[in-house]
Amino acid sequence: MLAVARRLLGNDDDARECIQDAYLAAFTKAEMFEGRSAYRTWLHRIVVNTALGMLRKRKQRGTPSVDGLLPEFDGNGCRIEPMWQFEESLEKSMEREDVRNTVRTAIDALPDLYRAVLVMRDIEEFSAAEVAALLKTNIPVVKTRLHRARAALKKLLEAQWTRGEL
Amino acid sequence: MLTCAEFEAFVLDYLEGSLPATQRAIFKMHLFVCKDCQRYLAAYVRSVAMGKAVFKDPSMAVPEDVPEDLVQAILAAKKAE
Repeated sequence: MLAVARRLLGNDDDARECIQDAYLAAFTKAEMFEGRSAYRTWLHRIVVNTALGMLRKRKQRGTPSVDGLLPEFDGNGCRIEPMWQFEESLEKSMEREDVRNTVRTAIDALPDLYRAVLVMRDIEEFSAAEVAALLKTNIPVVKTRLHRARAALKKLLEAQWTRGEL
Repeated sequence: MLTCAEFEAFVLDYLEGSLPATQRAIFKMHLFVCKDCQRYLAAYVRSVAMGKAVFKDPSMAVPEDVPEDLVQAILAAKKAE
């Protein structure tokens, strides 16, 4: 569960705080626990909700924009950005610890709300409707944020490739 | 014919297989002729795959089991209600 919180919050300290709060919430909501078979799903949801609550508080303190990480186009609508070319297979790349660290760092560098949507959709595999409900928004907003988060992740990774670090 | 900027708006729905047939055909036509968008889409898909793959790392995986003492404590709290 710490890993779920870590993915959503992007740092270890907040993740540990989240787990403490989530487990406390689990005790206070014990009457809603419907049996051992569902405890993992139930706790998972509490951890995600607690992490999202922490992200909302951070948002009130100001969330950085993702605009500088989105695709760029010239006046004719043509792409103007470096084009990442892969020299090894995905499997081969992911065997390398430095690559895994680079990818984790890039995900952590995404603005909170975008990282949260990317993690919930692509990693935790929640549906768009589930994410919309958790974030109290609608599916089109979730889809837009997911696309922007992925595009931003690509740009962050591409920057590492440009520096020869990926 | 789509521009690359217009192509961008359809990427997510294309990958999720939710583009209507006509839009999908227009999208694929642009993809067929535009090398930049071919490379962009490949890098986008690669980034998503890397994000997924990094969390398959056993050190970052979600544990299958919640600590047993926690489960027992929650069950005890539930009984005490």
